[in-house]
Formats: sequence, structure tokens, C-alpha cells
Amino acid sequence: MYDGKLIIPGLIVFVALMTFPIWKNMGNAGPVPKLEKPKGVTKCVESVQYMRTSHMKVLDDWRDQVLREGNRTPVEVEGVKYDRSLMNGCMKCHTEKKKFCDECHTYTSVKPYCWDCHYVPKETF
Amino acid sequence: MDIKRRQFLKIAGLSTIAGLGAPAAFNLLLKGESSPVSFASSGAGAEVSHDAAPTGVRLGMVVDQRVFDANQGLAQKCITACHLVHNVPNFGNPKDEIKWIFGVPYEKAFPTMSHYHRDEHLHNSRFLVFCNHCDNPPCVRACPTKATFKRKDGIVAMDYHRCIGCRFCMAACPYGMRSFNWRDPRPFIDKATYNKEFPTRMRGVVEKCNFCVERLVKGLQPACVEACGSSGAMVFGDLNDSHSEISKVLKENFTIQRKASLGTLPSVFYIV
Ligand code: SF4
Ligand code: SF4
Ligand code: SF4
Repeated sequence: MYDGKLIIPGLIVFVALMTFPIWKNMGNAGPVPKLEKPKGVTKCVESVQYMRTSHMKVLDDWRDQVLREGNRTPVEVEGVKYDRSLMNGCMKCHTEKKKFCDECHTYTSVKPYCWDCHYVPKETF
Repeated sequence: MDIKRRQFLKIAGLSTIAGLGAPAAFNLLLKGESSPVSFASSGAGAEVSHDAAPTGVRLGMVVDQRVFDANQGLAQKCITACHLVHNVPNFGNPKDEIKWIFGVPYEKAFPTMSHYHRDEHLHNSRFLVFCNHCDNPPCVRACPTKATFKRKDGIVAMDYHRCIGCRFCMAACPYGMRSFNWRDPRPFIDKATYNKEFPTRMRGVVEKCNFCVERLVKGLQPACVEACGSSGAMVFGDLNDSHSEISKVLKENFTIQRKASLGTLPSVFYIV
């Protein structure tokens, strides 16, 4: 190769530089968000594990039930009734969006647009 | 076989037409009736006759213009009540305006009625107009995403999550009862009166009167009806229940609907 002596080491240096962030952070995904539980309540509408992986599915299902089927009967957990609603259900216990939504969403790099329409107790206004 | 290309094409064409048309024609003749328009894809009932089937719940409204005429300012109360509970923004200019319920003169509300030598009092009347929750809603048929749909109780509802802002529904609604969010509505909602129980909308979606579904489940009357107090200016209820108050009012009074001749079967009636 013409000028191979220069090109190949150059390429190696280039690749090493570009992938540096990956090497540096390998096995380290940054500080995992610390979960804080809502005060005074112990049970959510579903198990912790299910909520962790599928809370968006719960919200989607609620949306369809409420809007399309007209089913607004509250979900009852241990005698406490929760509205099938993000604002009037979830956020009644998980009052702080910053702690309960943003921290994990930022960590996992997802940007749900719930708050374009739904009210955030403190932050919206 | 001696067949020219021209002949072959003619025969092939004719057979295709016959093949496509025959089953449909056969079905028509067999039933002895013209096939009803299919609403299957829209979720709306295939109800085309002017007498809606008296089955199930069909929510509707009666607006008694006589009471509004006698009570100047009452209409504004209804508008304010509705727009407050539903976080309807106020942009302060007619171009961006979002309206769920508003007042229009007689000729705008009822353009298909005769205006020649009309009743004196109608010259100054302003009629409250809002979504008619049509029993045969063209907006539902036009919506490509089913963001607009008809519920079992007759309410033509919207799921703003699904709305892509194509505005087909606005073109389809013969009453102009839908508004489009050209701008982010949030900064234009009064913070002091914001209803925290109800969401706002976002830029790029269409919105309209929802017959106060969120209030009905709590056993409340629609906000506009509540604003009328005991004046009886607006009556809300089940049109199919012969014992409901609205049925009684409809039985006792002559009412008109907006552009009834279009066959949309509006569920809002006016006593003029
Ligand atoms: S009034 Fe317009 S928006 Fe309302 S149901 Fe009828 S067509 Fe749809
Ligand atoms: S603007 Fe939204 S509601 Fe209207 S037709 Fe398009 S998707 Fe449906
Ligand atoms: S029924 Fe409800 S949403 Fe419709 S105009 Fe009246 S107050 Fe507004």
C-alpha cells in the first residue's frame, strides 16, 4: 500500500480516539437513580417489578379503557381507590415528577411527552 | 384460433367488468334494496334514516333560546364555564382561537333555514353552538387514526394522544365545531383558574366539546348546563329514554336542529 506506514497507524489512532468514551465507561452505566417511595402508601396498583417494566402499558390500557370504553371505575388496592389516570391517579401518590419520572427517564434516555398535555403538580406553572 | 389482439382486449375488458360488477349487482337484486353505506371502518353505527334507532343511550341537549334571549349574559356564563373546566386557551385573536362553545347569529347557526321575513327577535339573538354529537358523525368517518370516535352513549369523543393533526375532521364537520391548535396552548391558559384535574392539549391537535364526559361519570351535569342553573336554558339527557327530562322538553316544544338535511343526525336541539 502506498503510504501504508502512515495510514494504518493513523486509522488505529483514529478508531481508538473515537471509541474512547465507550472504553472509558465500559461496565459503568453512571449512577443508578435512587428510588424513593411515596410516603404513607405501601402498595401500587401492580407489583413493583411489573410497574418497573410496564408502567407505560398500564397507562396505555387505562387511556383506552377510560376514553374509548368509558370505564372509569377506580382500581382498588387494599381498600384504597385509585383513578385510572396519570394526573388523578399515579401523581396523587408519586407527587414529584422530578423524582418519580424524570430521574429514570433521563437515566434511560427516554423522553415521553406525557407532560405536553398532562399537568405536573408544581413544574407546569 | 383466429382472434385479433383488438378483439381479445375487448373480451378481456368486458369479462373483467362483468366479474367485478356481477356479485354486487346480484346481491342488490337478491335483497331488493340498495345497500346501506358502510360505516364499519369508522366505528359509527350505520344509521342513515332520520329516525334514529331508539336503542341504547343517546345523549343529547336542548338549547332553549327563549331563555337565553331573556337572560342577556347567560350565554357568556356557559362559555366561560366550559372553557374554564376544559383548560381552553385564550389566544386573544380570532386566527388562533380555540372554541368549544360559542355564540353565533341565527343565520350562521341555521344557514339552511329560511331567512326571508324572519321573526323579529331572531335579529339580535345569538345562539350557543357546540359539537352536535351527531348520531351519524362525518368527522368520525373522516378521521384516519380513529382519534375521533363515537362512544356507545352517542358522545363523539376524541383521544388527543392519537390525533395527528391532519384536520380531515375539521373539513368533514359541516358545523365548524372543531378547533386546531396552531400554537402551544399552555402559555395561554390562565394560571389562576387552571383545572388541575383535566389535561391541556398540545400544539398540532384538534379539539372540541366532549359533552363533559369527565363530569358525567362523577354524576355532574355538563358545565354549560350547570352554568344555566335552574333557568332551564339548557337541558341535557338521554334522547332515547322516553321518561327523561330532555324527552319531555322535546315532546312539548317545537325544536330545530342545525343543518338537519345533511343527515348527520345532530343530538343538539334548539327551541327558537
Ligand atoms: S358537530 Fe361536527 S364535530 Fe361534532 S359530531 Fe357532528 S360532525 Fe363531528
Ligand atoms: S385532526 Fe386528529 S381527530 Fe381530526 S381527523 Fe386528523 S387525526 Fe382525526
Ligand atoms: S357539554 Fe361540556 S364540553 Fe360541551 S359545550 Fe357544554 S360544557 Fe363545553
